[in-house]
Amino acid sequence: MPFINLVAREISCKIVYYGPGLGGKTTNIEHISARTKPESRGQLIKLATEAERTLFFDFLPLDLGEVRGFKTRFHLYTTPGQVYYHASRKLILKGVDGCIFVADSQRARLDANEQSLEDMKEDLEDYGLAFDQLPLVVQYNKRDIPGALSVEELRSVVNPNGAPEFEAVARLGVGVFETLKSVARLVFLELKKEQNTGPSSEPDGGSGR
Amino acid sequence: MLSPTTVIREEDFRRIQAAVDKLVRSAYAKVVFLVDKAGQLIAAGGDVDHLDTTSLASLTAGNIAATGGIAKLLRENEFTTQFHEGKNAHIHIQVVYNRVILVVIFDAKSSLGLVRLRVRKTSEELGQVFEQLSQRPLSPRDGAPFGELTDEDIDNLFND
Repeated sequence: MPFINLVAREISCKIVYYGPGLGGKTTNIEHISARTKPESRGQLIKLATEAERTLFFDFLPLDLGEVRGFKTRFHLYTTPGQVYYHASRKLILKGVDGCIFVADSQRARLDANEQSLEDMKEDLEDYGLAFDQLPLVVQYNKRDIPGALSVEELRSVVNPNGAPEFEAVARLGVGVFETLKSVARLVFLELKKEQNTGPSSEPDGGSGR
Repeated sequence: MLSPTTVIREEDFRRIQAAVDKLVRSAYAKVVFLVDKAGQLIAAGGDVDHLDTTSLASLTAGNIAATGGIAKLLRENEFTTQFHEGKNAHIHIQVVYNRVILVVIFDAKSSLGLVRLRVRKTSEELGQVFEQLSQRPLSPRDGAPFGELTDEDIDNLFND
């Protein structure tokens, strides 16, 4: 549910990076932070353990400029990937507008990818969100790793619904912005749909316009 | 399906900002801000010029989410009030209408008792605003331009 302030002419959306532990979610937003002009982004906040594992979430606020006179703010969150942080992970999905599933291309992580996707579906359902209706983009990360799974193999496990997908090497920045841009597009298309099908018979006196 | 978009219209915003500003004065607070549970800042008042309100909003929502998770494990519905005491600054956090979070930062010029008292009154006012607001989702009549978005509009966002 994007947040729209008609007075300040601002729209804010929450994007969550989800996926198995050590898959590159934090690396994605670190790259975005490093490659975005300081005036267009806020502080990157990392709630991590001493061993640099995400404990609760990473957070990066981004200003993407204006669309039709509205300032657009994207708040990027990552989830902790480790299996035992499931309770914390689920909390981050609250109020999500779009999701990026970061899959690990290593063969040894195929089961972890599958498990993580199942967790995500369950978590969304617990919030009353349908997995197949949420704006979702899949990123196949670590494409440069020797012996990486083929995209076809990964797709059959983590992208059965045919969501937009991108190959990435997040540590080098490859595919990072393409993935984010794709999910932003889906979020805006969802908003467009919502505004065009929104109720037209609401009571008077509320718009304040 | 997805939850509906939260839309703040001019009249709502005026009422919210007025309630926040009033609380700054009546509670002798340094800063008051209001955040939704997804971490979006709705309004802020007081001495916010040198404060990273975006990060504060996100961390406060995370804090409420975490304690909400603890509450669930203890079969409580939610812990609606939190207080953190620092050396110089203290922070009082209150969930309002099960939907937004009212945060008051104060120092020795005020007291926890006074803040709690004033927050209770403000919560009632804000609760009414958000109750009405939740009954009015985004509509074509709002004049927001999202119904006519084109691919070009979206592409332009990332040009910088």
